[in-house]
Amino acid sequence: MLYALVAVVMLFCGIQAIRAVNLMHAALWLACVSALMAALLYGLGAQAVAVIELSVGAGLVTVLFVFAISMAGDAPIPERPVVPKLVALTMVGGFAALIVLFSLPLLGNGSPGLESAFADVFWHERSADAIAQVVLIFTGALTVLGWLAEPHSKPKRVFTAETEAALRKEQRL
Amino acid sequence: MTIEMASLVGVLGLFLIALYGLLTVRNLLKIVVAMQILLKAAALALVMAGAASGQLSLGQSLGVTVIIVDTVTAVIALALAVKVRQRCGTLDVRAFSSQRG
Repeated sequence: MLYALVAVVMLFCGIQAIRAVNLMHAALWLACVSALMAALLYGLGAQAVAVIELSVGAGLVTVLFVFAISMAGDAPIPERPVVPKLVALTMVGGFAALIVLFSLPLLGNGSPGLESAFADVFWHERSADAIAQVVLIFTGALTVLGWLAEPHSKPKRVFTAETEAALRKEQRL
Repeated sequence: MTIEMASLVGVLGLFLIALYGLLTVRNLLKIVVAMQILLKAAALALVMAGAASGQLSLGQSLGVTVIIVDTVTAVIALALAVKVRQRCGTLDVRAFSSQRG
């Protein structure tokens, strides 16, 4: 019952993260989703993943979002969605029905495998995954450092038509 | 309700919420938020499948992989969003269709 409550609150936080108008609020709701997901992972017996999700998902990613929002700003964008909300809800409902239809018969069909220690599986059987993760982290960090480094020359700015019109109006005044 | 059922509901719910977000939001940073929710659903699904099949260690290993990929994707996507804002003056994806040059 407790885990059902945790799952429901996690979904509520997810909905609020998408609905939030203020980006900072959206980042905080996402942090709540990560924290509650860590609780579910702990309940499943995956303590190592729960700790990683809590520290990385709820901690590091939230800090990154705050950093990005402070650099990019959180100017509000008009509410008209890319896909109309009714169409989006219909598509989501359709996908939900398909997932339930095709996945429910598969539940309970799995046969229990032989359990090994997490460290053995992670460092020995899935060692290629661990090496790929290290490479991915370094690649991501270097890419971002390259993008956010100070440019040697002033970059050519590309404006939207509305922004360009507003700038021209300002210059005339 | 068992923990596996609660996790299954969580996985499905997060996936559908992220799908709705990706279909409707216009702000680049909110799109990254929706993507993060989608990847969290994937990580939870992998661990839940591992727990249900008695191979929790394998599920945890794959879950850690997805979390790392999720974080690196978020880092790169946020840096891209910041650069787009600096170059184009907006984070609205609808406005990019009117870009010139």
